Amino acid sequence: MVRYIIRRLLLLPLVILGVTFLLFFLTQRLSPEMRASLYVKDPRQMGALEEVIRQYGLRDNVFKQYGRWLGQVVRGDLGYSPSANMPVAKAIKEYLPATVQLALVTMILVVLFGVWFGVFSAVHKDKWPDTIARFVSVGGFSLPIFVLGLLLLMLFYGKLGWFAPGGYSFQTDLIVHGPSFKMYTGFLLIDALLNGNMRVFMDVLSHLVLPAVTLCIGSFALMVRVMRSSMLEELGKDYVRTARAKGLAEWQVVYKHAGKNAIIPVITLASIQFIRLLGGTVIVETIFDYPGIGRFGVMAAQQLDIAGILGFSLMVAVLFVVGNLVSDILYTAVDPRIRLD
Amino acid sequence: MFKNRIFKRIYTNKTSLAGFMLVAFFALVALFAPWLAPVHNSNNPYQMPQRSYEIAPQPPSGQNWFGTTEQQYDLYYGVVWGARLAFEIGVTVTFFAFLIGLCVGTIAAYFGGKIDELLMRLTDIVFAVPSLVLAMVIAAMLGPDIKNMMIALTAVAWPSYARLIRGDILSVKRRDYVTAARTLGARGPRILLRHILPNSIYPSVVVASLDIGYVVLTAASLSFLGLGAQPGTADWGQLIAMARNWVLGTSQNPLAYWYTVAIPGGAIFLFVLGWNLLGDAFRDILDPRQV
Repeated sequence: MVRYIIRRLLLLPLVILGVTFLLFFLTQRLSPEMRASLYVKDPRQMGALEEVIRQYGLRDNVFKQYGRWLGQVVRGDLGYSPSANMPVAKAIKEYLPATVQLALVTMILVVLFGVWFGVFSAVHKDKWPDTIARFVSVGGFSLPIFVLGLLLLMLFYGKLGWFAPGGYSFQTDLIVHGPSFKMYTGFLLIDALLNGNMRVFMDVLSHLVLPAVTLCIGSFALMVRVMRSSMLEELGKDYVRTARAKGLAEWQVVYKHAGKNAIIPVITLASIQFIRLLGGTVIVETIFDYPGIGRFGVMAAQQLDIAGILGFSLMVAVLFVVGNLVSDILYTAVDPRIRLD
Repeated sequence: MFKNRIFKRIYTNKTSLAGFMLVAFFALVALFAPWLAPVHNSNNPYQMPQRSYEIAPQPPSGQNWFGTTEQQYDLYYGVVWGARLAFEIGVTVTFFAFLIGLCVGTIAAYFGGKIDELLMRLTDIVFAVPSLVLAMVIAAMLGPDIKNMMIALTAVAWPSYARLIRGDILSVKRRDYVTAARTLGARGPRILLRHILPNSIYPSVVVASLDIGYVVLTAASLSFLGLGAQPGTADWGQLIAMARNWVLGTSQNPLAYWYTVAIPGGAIFLFVLGWNLLGDAFRDILDPRQV
């Protein structure tokens, strides 16, 4: 186990180097002028690209350039992103908390409702709640999130006017970037609470509802499915029959006995899904114009902002690889029957 | 025997039958697209006919059965030819991804050792970024069009097949009949081609072909983000991208433009649903232990 973790930790930087080199290699298809944005530190330099190209040897071979880029990254300099109009490192620092916040809220929704719905359908096996649950668990996989997102926008923004796109309203923007609001963590929900500003908190939360509901659909479908089958398996075991024979109330049997054991696979699944949500945020944030890292990545990709694309991919790769390792370890910690090697 | 089980299963299970019928329906639409929606630009049949340059979408009518998108592209034409394009993308990407995965997986399993290690680390690299994100970045750098999008999708899809096939071959490699063939004097390549591959490949072929729905979903996502099919192409994701500006409707009727999202969105949903239902049935057959 320890050897496995050490091996994975040693491989981790190699994998990330591999991804970034692959993408860096792809950028070589583009003109030196486009690639120059990687080395620009100040928007004023954008006017004198030829100088930047000469200074950083953008016509050198790939390996030399990659080494130079890596040297910069180690020093925390990811270049200047024209699409976000700021240095990439600053953009990541600004946008990442919003995405993590969105993913966390989504995960809470998924676990709460997924577990409840899964248990509900297992207890009423082959009756109508179960039929609905099975339909949801297949349908949720098949419904593209951009279709669901646009339909929700039509209904709740266009028709009912309950929720609006974006990360927060104009008034909140003024408060948050005003002098009296202190940024402690970068997570607006937490900062609003720390500042004791409930209006900002509610506003940010209401802007999270539609993106979170849209984002949760795929994971929710999976969660219901896993919880249902796990619950059915536990309900068929002997200790459940014993509990019933003892004369325990049905809710005690379901929630206190079977439920406790059935939830184990769900916990590990949740940790894996949390990382998987990163892919979905790209689309959800674009639809709802939510100021997170996914929207930043899409805009960089659409505008061929090389510095933005490379910085975004590097960050996603680091998050994804580390997250996968953590969830693998969690997996063994929760369920000792699984052995990694 | 394997084939009989599959067909019996499909006919006896209601949901898998529904899945089969959905996929068959879309296959027929794709096949008969030139008759269902006559080509108007013979140089590029995937180019949608444009009725006028008027901006606002028009609701379903006698001339445009499913209505029109912004700038008056005919939605009916788009949905019908979009089905054909979906199959073209799904089948092509899955085929090439499987072919690459087959080669890499076989080489890794057959030679083992350093080559195996190297190839498997290569798959790790592709797995280090969510596939949609990686495909998005690759498609952006290659330049947004359908061909490059298919290259990007293939580039992110092959590693899972490589791992699958490698695992299958490794498990078959140790079986008695392989040892028997070796004792009888059969040499490496012959054992691989005649004994190992035929016995390990079929489950992977089925798994791969059922990924067509997922590939089409990812392709639609890329087109939606503007990194795949370009405006005017009969592509489902692209049709929905054109609906993005019209979620608000008019002041009298907020849901005025529902058809711009619901019709192409419904097509993608049913297509992917069909493949998923079919996939569930096949997975039950391939892995009877799972409930």
